[in-house]
Amino acid sequence: MTMHIDIPEETLSSILAKAFRNTAFVAGFVITVLILAMAVISYVWTPYDVTRLVISDKTQGPSLAHWFGTDHFGRDILSMIMVGARNSIAVAFVAVGIGMGVGVPLGAFAAARGGLVDEALMRINDLVFAFPALLSAIMITAIFGPGAVNAIIAIGIFNIPVFARVARAGALAIWPREFILAARAAGKSSTQISIEHVLPNIATLLLVQGTIQFALGILAEAGLSYLGLGAQPPMPSWGRMLFDAQTRMVAAPWMAIFPGMAIVITVLGLNLLGDGIADILDPKSRRQR
Amino acid sequence: MTAYLLKRFAIALATLVLASMVVFAVLEILPGDPARLMLGMNASADQVELLRNQMGLNAPLAWRYLHWAGGLLSLDFGRSYTYSVPVLDLVRERLAVSLPLALIALALSTIIAIPVGLFSASRRGRAGDTVAMGAAQLGVAVPNFWFALMLIYVFAVWLRLVPAGGFPGWGAGIWPAAKSLMLPAVALALPQAAILARVTRSALIEVLNEDYIRTARAKGLPYRAVLWRHALRNAMIPVLTILGLQFAFLLAGTIIIENVFYLPGLGRLVFQAITQRDLIVVESVVMLLVAAVIAVNLVVDLSYAVVDPRLRSRQ
Repeated sequence: MTMHIDIPEETLSSILAKAFRNTAFVAGFVITVLILAMAVISYVWTPYDVTRLVISDKTQGPSLAHWFGTDHFGRDILSMIMVGARNSIAVAFVAVGIGMGVGVPLGAFAAARGGLVDEALMRINDLVFAFPALLSAIMITAIFGPGAVNAIIAIGIFNIPVFARVARAGALAIWPREFILAARAAGKSSTQISIEHVLPNIATLLLVQGTIQFALGILAEAGLSYLGLGAQPPMPSWGRMLFDAQTRMVAAPWMAIFPGMAIVITVLGLNLLGDGIADILDPKSRRQR
Repeated sequence: MTAYLLKRFAIALATLVLASMVVFAVLEILPGDPARLMLGMNASADQVELLRNQMGLNAPLAWRYLHWAGGLLSLDFGRSYTYSVPVLDLVRERLAVSLPLALIALALSTIIAIPVGLFSASRRGRAGDTVAMGAAQLGVAVPNFWFALMLIYVFAVWLRLVPAGGFPGWGAGIWPAAKSLMLPAVALALPQAAILARVTRSALIEVLNEDYIRTARAKGLPYRAVLWRHALRNAMIPVLTILGLQFAFLLAGTIIIENVFYLPGLGRLVFQAITQRDLIVVESVVMLLVAAVIAVNLVVDLSYAVVDPRLRSRQ
């Protein structure tokens, strides 16, 4: 199988060299790796046990013993943020997986077939877009009950039309190209062409959209768990921590400040990473510079 | 042009009808019997059955759909199970909070975003642009409800300038009511402004590379005039698209913010209705919001034709 990927006269090393000169990419990459590392480390080590309540330590301000302070049950905020990262990342990641897994084949199929199939699929897309995503996610979690898994489904469903649209637009730009014509002449089916020739060429677009949706997923998960519809206690989640913090803003502002910062930094890192990748790999943005 | 309008209108209408079927079907599978919920756990099966008949819950599915959809068209949304008042009254009362909130937030976001986008685009790559876009990048990453909590801490708890939450009602006077909408509006607007500023900047940069911009400069027009009159107008299409999306988002996206500030708005109404299984309220409000999204998208589509004369002649 020969693959044609549209990265003219560029080698891996030249891409890497460009990546290291791109501030957004480097910053985004470092932040993302640090957050991931934090989540992974939390499986083997956290400063304190997040399931143990130490009432004598409740709502303490930041100190050397508790860098980010403690919550109303005396749990260490830093440890909870570390464990909460697992939840945020898992929910957003799987939701992106659902969106890509269903949306990309749909979009590629619509582009390959064209005509009525394309029109019908895009109208269904419009239909999903007509529903305010957050409201619908709330309804889905209300129907199936609150919890991390249902939050994933609720967020994932709204990723599907996004990826379908991006995949379709990308694929439509690839289909008229000469190497597609050549593949057709060689007798390949449109499914084969979609997988072997179209997909590799829209991979960058999908990767960039993937990081954007990942970031949006983290925000959405935080919103759902703030409303009590995401991961359930005692599993720490960033949104839930903010909900607990709200009524204690006067006495313990650190309970709100640090989990929020964790969300901001994670989302910022992912967005910078996406911008960086788009800058480095997208030929269009290269031409504009 | 007429064909274009008609096609857009037909698509919007079809989407609305399909959406109403989806909403109806989804709420059919929601667990929980409204009649049982209204009567409480001690009611006998006969009582529940009687009420189900009275409420029309035992009628065939298709008939109930048509009845419901017909009711929506004549603005008869039915009665709320939990509030025992017509849903229309509830919605009207809550819209008096949510609509001004969404409009203030949208206005605020536009007033901030367009000048920032213009500033950044005209200073591309220089320090001012980097700072503005860095701030925008940060703004996109901030969850609005966390930002709301921080605003409450600074302006309500610490400086005591505005109330931390609640809504006195418009009857209490314009100023007290507006004051309690200020923080929520800012919390909603800033993240939106960050997105809008980024879109405005990139749309402008694309336009500023066009030949007619060079021509306009070459014929001696001052830079400012070129930027505002020629560039901004041509960059409006992506900006309008995002504005439309944002308005739709603001109407529904106020759910969390209304919960943060304890505002009696539409979002809080629908959230409470979902948790209380008040299906008639959920159905009506969701349909209302979906209709608003579709209508806004239609208006945005039509405004393309106003902004871009090429679209008018092509169709």
